[in-house]
Amino acid sequence: MKKLWFEFIKGVWRENPIFFIVLGLCPALAVSISVNNALGMGLAVTFVLGCSNAIISMVRNFIPDKIRIPCFIVVIATFVSIVEMVLKAYAPALDRSLGIFVPLIVVNCIILGRAEAFASKNPFLPSVFDGLGMGAGFTLALLLISFIRETLGSGKLAGYSISHQFEPVLVLSLAPGALLVLGLLIGGIRWIKSLRS
Amino acid sequence: MDKIVAIIIGSLFINNFILFKFLGLCPFLGVSKQTKPAVSMGLAVIFVMVSSGLITWLVYRFILLPLHIDYMRTVTFILVIATSVQFIEMVILKTSPVIYRALGIYLPLITTNCAVLGVTVLNSNEFFSAGKPVNGSFGYAILQAFFAGVGFMFVLLLMSGIRERLELADTPESLEGLPIAFIVASIMSLAFMGFVGLKI
Repeated sequence: MKKLWFEFIKGVWRENPIFFIVLGLCPALAVSISVNNALGMGLAVTFVLGCSNAIISMVRNFIPDKIRIPCFIVVIATFVSIVEMVLKAYAPALDRSLGIFVPLIVVNCIILGRAEAFASKNPFLPSVFDGLGMGAGFTLALLLISFIRETLGSGKLAGYSISHQFEPVLVLSLAPGALLVLGLLIGGIRWIKSLRS
Repeated sequence: MDKIVAIIIGSLFINNFILFKFLGLCPFLGVSKQTKPAVSMGLAVIFVMVSSGLITWLVYRFILLPLHIDYMRTVTFILVIATSVQFIEMVILKTSPVIYRALGIYLPLITTNCAVLGVTVLNSNEFFSAGKPVNGSFGYAILQAFFAGVGFMFVLLLMSGIRERLELADTPESLEGLPIAFIVASIMSLAFMGFVGLKI
């Protein structure tokens, strides 16, 4: 039990996909314009990560080594298609605002990365927890970026206006702001880490 | 004619894949440390984008749409891209060892480059309406694939030039490497926003 918890928690902080491994950046930057989008994307990625890790760890002994990458991609793409259809049916507004980044979850490097680095070598339960932990870390990182961008960039939080006191810094909600916020956040986290050691 | 110019300028500057659509950031940060590999990577991406743009258009138009299975789009497209990358790699290996040495290690990486899947998905979104290809759909799709690749290479080259100099610059310790690369990309993106004013 303790080991499973460890697999889960390492994805959230010590091996956070965005801040430390620095993978899966494209959706992280593109959808972090509002907290709602970030949460939707985070949950979708967590679902795909958990399920694909589960399936891949179950079939890991049957897949020939040479064609493992195409096999992983087909498993991942299947779950992404499920997410796509569910979003279209039950959350069309979210689907529209995430746009092409829903099908692009397939090529989110973090999912293939975990399949290759973890699920193809470990048994079922640790793989599931690893996937869910990585997904949770991804979601939290997205929420942090989108919180900064939405509050400072448009003066809103989850779509509700929070302050009329200041003029929003428009650039933060545009494309350059995403890159700037992520760069400064990674720098800041490294700085905190270097202070602690 | 207007539409052609709009696609060219749009995918090169206004909607640049890296700086505005955030597609292909991983290779962008991974291979932009030096100029030479950046050129090879850029060429490989253009090559793969055009060929998979071509194949996916045909597959989408003549297989997925007539059979009403366009919900299989994601699975099909990624398989087409993965196999065409593999195929191109084999062809290049057999026909031209020189090109293979230049592009070799970058080709497999392209499978998970979201810019490639991105351009094929965008093509099937933009140039098809209600299950029918719009007028000149095929040409537009190839054009967009080609110039999205050129735009990718263009920004990759600019970035690698800056990063070569950045190696020598005195940056704060915690910003060294990736964080400063993000900040540079952010400033480039800000500069490219000037092109948004182009009215086409």
